[in-house]
Amino acid sequence: MSRLPITKTPKVYVGGAFIRSESARVFPLRDAAGNFFANIPQCTRKDLRNAVEAAAKAGPGWAKRTAYNRGQILYRLGEMLEARAGELADAIRLGGASKGAAAREVTAAVDRLIYYAGWADKYEQVLGNVNPVAAPYFNFTVTEPMGIVGIIAPDEAPLLALLSLVAPAITSGNTVVALASSAQPYPAIVLGEMLATSDLPGGVVNLLTGFRKELVPTFATHAHLRALAAVANAAERKTLALGAADSVKRARLFKGEAPIDWFADTAQGVHAIRDFVEFKTVWHPIGA
Amino acid sequence: MNAGQSASFRRLFDEVGPVDCVGVEERVAKYTTRSLKKAAKLWGLRTAVTMVDLTTLEGKDTPGKVASLCAKARHPSDDPTVPPVAAVCVYPAMVRAARRALGPGAAVRIASVATAFPSGQAPLRTRLGEVRAAVADGADEIDMVINRGAFLAGEFAEVADEIAAVVAACGDATLKVILEVSELETFDNIRAASFIAMRTIRGGDFIKTSTGKTSLNATLGNNQVMLEAIRDFYLETGTAIGMKPAGGIRTAKQALQFLVAVKETLGDAWLTNARYRFGASSLLNDLLRQIEKERTGAYQAPYYFSEAAESY
Repeated sequence: MSRLPITKTPKVYVGGAFIRSESARVFPLRDAAGNFFANIPQCTRKDLRNAVEAAAKAGPGWAKRTAYNRGQILYRLGEMLEARAGELADAIRLGGASKGAAAREVTAAVDRLIYYAGWADKYEQVLGNVNPVAAPYFNFTVTEPMGIVGIIAPDEAPLLALLSLVAPAITSGNTVVALASSAQPYPAIVLGEMLATSDLPGGVVNLLTGFRKELVPTFATHAHLRALAAVANAAERKTLALGAADSVKRARLFKGEAPIDWFADTAQGVHAIRDFVEFKTVWHPIGA
Repeated sequence: MNAGQSASFRRLFDEVGPVDCVGVEERVAKYTTRSLKKAAKLWGLRTAVTMVDLTTLEGKDTPGKVASLCAKARHPSDDPTVPPVAAVCVYPAMVRAARRALGPGAAVRIASVATAFPSGQAPLRTRLGEVRAAVADGADEIDMVINRGAFLAGEFAEVADEIAAVVAACGDATLKVILEVSELETFDNIRAASFIAMRTIRGGDFIKTSTGKTSLNATLGNNQVMLEAIRDFYLETGTAIGMKPAGGIRTAKQALQFLVAVKETLGDAWLTNARYRFGASSLLNDLLRQIEKERTGAYQAPYYFSEAAESY
């Protein structure tokens, strides 16, 4: 018996739900051979605004989780990716990657999540401090999450690079709104389905697909985003830096022109967590 | 419902006309599709600010909190071009504090809920005493609740008589009659109650959807039923009654949709705070946020604005 194909409508994962763009716009995604694969949501600045509202709602609850619990949930996310590694590898191969390269990227992405899951209850010991002071006080420096971090992922390593930017930000209790690669958005669509089953509260990670030129200016100026992590070309970096200065947000900008080795050990580390925390120093009187 | 009750309801529905439920829902669904941009949006946002009855109705209200509310009502934003709101809305015990904070003859009016708000379950003389006390303390406007028990029992004359007694107790103060739509249950009842109220109050007085203290508050649907009642009453008698949706309107987008409903049902003459108000506490902050967004082109963070009245 012949059967009609059941194809998936790609939707983006925002606020714990799978949505289309509010504009109802889509753009066609073609595989490496040029065949039509699916229509991907073309998110607008209003979608970005809505995603930021969702992230803001999720923020306090996520930040209040214990570090240990955040680590557990990140580990669980790694488990979800591992279980559906084949599906993710297929999504990466749409862009023309070889079977081996796609599998390597998925493995590295899972390992990256496990790496940050381990850091979740340890970075505070490294970044925080007890400061010596010349008076009868305890003087502590502790970290706090910044709030909502905007992320703009590059086209190369569409899954690994995206997760390498997202994972350290959420490890410390931030929430994120991330724009996936415009050229290879499909791994992010699949990733959303894993986020939904990972115990990660809805709204902690919000993924958008669409065109950079439509969304970069809004990422730059949106005052509710407290920080940016973006791989961007020279013109975009200028836009982002100007907007970030105007709205007083931290901008961690990677040069998109030079190739970045996302597989390298240098692409992960506690420095990436430190990029998105605020330090708070507390003076506490020493008792008698 | 016994035979006498249903007969009195039937008589009233025959008199004021029924409501086409499906038609109303379909009509209001269209209001959410209007595209307001740039200058028109900015006009709508500013107009909405002038229509806000900035409200705090909580057991934990203090004179200090009311003074903060009044300061915010007079100057909602750092931006001096943002107009003051229409009124502050407080409990009768806080009217004195509000008058002290605003001063005599202030542009921002003082509205006070009275008549055993929100249930209205107190003897009539107690309710009238509350109204007189609020007016004597300096309230410019009184928000009363109707006797829903009497209405649902079919005692329409009693409902009307009580409203008339409150009108008399108000003196020069503007009266807003709260129907508490969630307790009236059907659109037919809302329309009927609107007519009972409108026949008793004076031109320039208001009918108001709800207290904000029950689960269901102002919606585009019940707002539409009441706007159409006001329109039909105006065409019949020439008396212009105002409208105040209250509760549940939290975003600028919702407020603009309500204004679209007013414009398309009653016309421009009602797009003024003398005839249309929003009873709200957090709406003002979202309006300010969107006005700032229109000015700067950048989406704003909520913490750039002074605290919403509900979170003092």
